[in-house]
Amino acid sequence: MSKLSIMMNGIIKENPIFVLLLGMCPTLGTTTSAINGLGMGLATTFVLLCSNTVISSLKRVIPDMVRIPSFIVIIATFVTVLQMLLQAYVPSLYESLGLFIPLIVVNCIVLGRAEAFAAKNSPLNSLFDGLGMGLGFTLALTLLGSVREILGSGKIFGLTLWSEEYGCLAFVLAPGAFLALGYLIAIINKMKTK
Amino acid sequence: MKKLESTLGNMVIVLTLVSLVAAGLLAVMNEVTSEPIRLQAEQKEANGIKKVLVIGADEQVTVAPAETKKVGEQEFIIYKVSGADGKELGAAVKTSVQGFSPNLTVMVGFDSKGTIKGYEILSQAETPGLGANVPTWFQEGGKGNVIGMNPGKDKVSVKKDGGDVEAITASTITSRAFLKAINLEYNALFGNGNAHGTTGATSTHGSTGATQTR
Repeated sequence: MSKLSIMMNGIIKENPIFVLLLGMCPTLGTTTSAINGLGMGLATTFVLLCSNTVISSLKRVIPDMVRIPSFIVIIATFVTVLQMLLQAYVPSLYESLGLFIPLIVVNCIVLGRAEAFAAKNSPLNSLFDGLGMGLGFTLALTLLGSVREILGSGKIFGLTLWSEEYGCLAFVLAPGAFLALGYLIAIINKMKTK
Repeated sequence: MKKLESTLGNMVIVLTLVSLVAAGLLAVMNEVTSEPIRLQAEQKEANGIKKVLVIGADEQVTVAPAETKKVGEQEFIIYKVSGADGKELGAAVKTSVQGFSPNLTVMVGFDSKGTIKGYEILSQAETPGLGANVPTWFQEGGKGNVIGMNPGKDKVSVKKDGGDVEAITASTITSRAFLKAINLEYNALFGNGNAHGTTGATSTHGSTGATQTR
């Protein structure tokens, strides 16, 4: 498999949100606006990149029976590093993502890719898999965040498209997240079956 | 290289090593980021104090060390600010109340007579599109302007409760909580319960006001 096809696999063919349906909790929780979705996506991409590469490099020295705790320790370390970096240098993003940053530890995508890909492939391939999956996640979150922001408050990335009064508030709140995600998945499946 | 067998010895060694490296990395990162994080927090606090008292960002002022005051259950943090010439400019008071969601943290700047100079919402989790408008709604030029009011003289409460302030559309709970915070802060700063609507709040029953406004 070429590096490019590994990457495209994560972005399109096995997109973690639209195809694998993994990591739904941060997806629904953080996509109240396009910028939050983008920030969460990039944060997860960072963790995926680091954890995939490190786990793949260590796969021969980690005995099978303790692989899950080892993976979790490695993932949690990178998440904590990310959290401290964000808090120190990008406090605005840190505040808007809040609780969801520590929750990247238990994001199914991260552990899922460690188990399904990094534990079986070379570090370089795992790096590209992490990048592809991360970008796929980022793309999906940004798309969902944009839809919710446009429908909910008539803005995109904070730029006003039309007056907020025409927005449907439900889309910024939780029910809108489920609705928008459901319709996005439906549209993408329809496009894929053609 | 063959994969390591899952013997007890191997497992213990690997898990210990992984944890040790992780701990070491975190210790280093903590060392690197603790200073910027502390500065960020201080900066935010200092900017907040200047903003609520309408002081220019480069103007030199002296902020007295934070004073913590407890009235019943409610905790207040008071920063007294004086100008370069030693004249008292006023004080910024910070407290948290229960809004529609918990922890609506409000900082209000009062001049020495108790007139509201400005306010800032330091943290909130109110409903987006409704109560979440609280950082702008009560500012000068907003529909529910409270700037220039004095809780000692004016009725700083929503019109529904007989006050003079327009509540946020469809967010009476948030509006009441916000105005309650202002009144409580005024009382904490100037002593006795002479502000309207919250007479019970300065006694030991700090929550009396809370049950009324909920």
